[in-house]
Amino acid sequence: MTSALRSFAPWLAIAALFVAAPHVFASGSALTMMSVMGTMIIFALSYNMLLGQTGLLSFGHAVYFGLGGFVAIHVMNVVIHAKLGVPVALIPLVGGLAGLGFGFLFGLVSTKRAGIVFSMISLGIGELVSSSSFILRTFFGGEEGITSNRSALAPLFGHKFGPQIEVYYLIAAWCFISIVAMYALTLTPFGRMCNAVRDNPERVEFVGYSPRVLRMIAFCFAAFFAGIAGGLTAINFEIMNSEQLGAEQSSLALFMAYIGGVSSFTGPIVGAVIVTFLQITLSDVSSVWQLYFGLMFIGVVLYAPDGVVGWVKLHRQAALRGQLWRLAPSYALVTPAFAAAGVGAIMLIELANRQFELVQSEGSVVRLFGVDLDAATAPPWIVAALLFGLGVAAVRLLWPRVGDAWGAVNERLHSRDPA
Amino acid sequence: MTAALSLHDLRKSFGAMSIIRGVSLDIENGERHAIIGPNGAGKSTLFHLTSGRIRPTSGEVYLHGERITGLPPFEINRRGLSRSFQITNIFPKLSVYENLRCATLWSLGHKYAFWRSIERLRDVRERAQWLMEQIGLTGRRDVPAGVLTYAEQRALEIGVTIGGGADVIMLDEPTAGMNNSETEQAVALIRKVTEGKTLIMVEHDMSVVFNLADRISVLVYGKIIATDTPDRIRENAEVREAYLGQVSHQ
Repeated sequence: MTSALRSFAPWLAIAALFVAAPHVFASGSALTMMSVMGTMIIFALSYNMLLGQTGLLSFGHAVYFGLGGFVAIHVMNVVIHAKLGVPVALIPLVGGLAGLGFGFLFGLVSTKRAGIVFSMISLGIGELVSSSSFILRTFFGGEEGITSNRSALAPLFGHKFGPQIEVYYLIAAWCFISIVAMYALTLTPFGRMCNAVRDNPERVEFVGYSPRVLRMIAFCFAAFFAGIAGGLTAINFEIMNSEQLGAEQSSLALFMAYIGGVSSFTGPIVGAVIVTFLQITLSDVSSVWQLYFGLMFIGVVLYAPDGVVGWVKLHRQAALRGQLWRLAPSYALVTPAFAAAGVGAIMLIELANRQFELVQSEGSVVRLFGVDLDAATAPPWIVAALLFGLGVAAVRLLWPRVGDAWGAVNERLHSRDPA
Repeated sequence: MTAALSLHDLRKSFGAMSIIRGVSLDIENGERHAIIGPNGAGKSTLFHLTSGRIRPTSGEVYLHGERITGLPPFEINRRGLSRSFQITNIFPKLSVYENLRCATLWSLGHKYAFWRSIERLRDVRERAQWLMEQIGLTGRRDVPAGVLTYAEQRALEIGVTIGGGADVIMLDEPTAGMNNSETEQAVALIRKVTEGKTLIMVEHDMSVVFNLADRISVLVYGKIIATDTPDRIRENAEVREAYLGQVSHQ
């Protein structure tokens, strides 16, 4: 009874969070952002079925997201034209099935091998589909894309899903179902064998399983859920264009999963929330926001390969055993150094962007951290270079202390039972 | 009565190099058979050819009279032949328990099931638990296989090999790199878990071989030069010259 309650508790918490979120963040822009987050959570989780669970690094996952979305938006238009009684709430399923269909088709080619071959083929298929989107204009709509009107579909329980709040709840419901379904999949014989094939595909063959069949099923599931995310995006934006299935969208899935953490189920969820938030807020603040994105990605790959969730888990483990204080002194030293390097880097990037790119249109003065800086003069550059240089030097100097502190913590974490 | 495993004039060459040069061998049901021979004789290659890891250039392999030549490893495994590896080949990030569970799933008929929870599969749980007791790793249930000690990993390797309940077990140097007491334990384990099964093993430790095997085949440069009982192999002049003699002179 209590164990049943305990295993349901996280799901109830997520459901409550989804229901309550629009009441806490009630503004229009927050609602739009949270709607995008919901679709991206599904997209990132579906991607991690391949990367984190099965060990397949795909560079073309947006193909299934985008094709799912395109099929969904065409079906919406057909439904509107033919006055069919299909409610908009079921359209994501159409996207999912389209994703599944294309996943099956392309999966036959790409899951033959794992590793580099798989990655190369996924890249090739990604290029193939995104370049055909400029040729097959009737289906992909060329540069304008394909538009639709979600409120013209049949209502569900009186809701026409015109207002954003209704779309949010539609996305939240599909997101919740998808999270539960994808989590449940990890707990099945198939799901566990996916982990086995990730760890050691050779041995899998010697316990009776075909790695190729396992990869194929995982690929189809991943494409199905990506298609659902695409279908929801079609409903949310009421437009699909070729950007949605291109290389940039594919790398977004990789970013989200990796930044959140591919080695835990919750990682991609956290990653989708963080990345979507930054994508929307940063693009308002800086025109070179993608550069920061790339830097952040590199930072995670180098210093926190298990992502944000992995990093938090590590510290939680230390905290639970009362060892967090051992890390505090070294962290206290290294944090200001990091901050200085970060501020210096941001200043350099923004000053350069201003001086070499925007100076014609917006002048040479840029406002950073509440201060007006003239990029045409030397002092801001000198300050920036000093901050960055000294910050990096200090981090390099102090980093061994962090390593030592972790060494001391790990010693105590693992010395519990030598027997 | 058909042999449990039967090799017919098996050959394998890589380019111009012949590694296995015509091996024929019948191994009876319930027999414990050891394959010995100097380094580079092709013992591991013979294992790979039999278990489907590599395809023979020519010749045939029969398992209980059924032709399995050139089948992929999982097809051969499903037909009841399971093998271990000389270099430990387990699932390093999965726990001991999960490793063993993976080894049982197919044989218990769960295949690619994505519609039921693995935790609720009683047969899988019981079998994995039993395996864990057999190999003496119950106390290490939730430890990732990658951080086990070497001897523990070797025991897990055997556990994963026998997990599917195959009746023909092939062990590739199960005691390699172990000290005396570890070897003794490993031999006891092998004896216990292969009770009533057919066992084929490659082994360098002669005390293990003479202790465990009913019959021994001596493989030298891709050919079997003798197959006989341990006592007779010990007395065989050709074998002494080709192999055992070298060992004692080292």
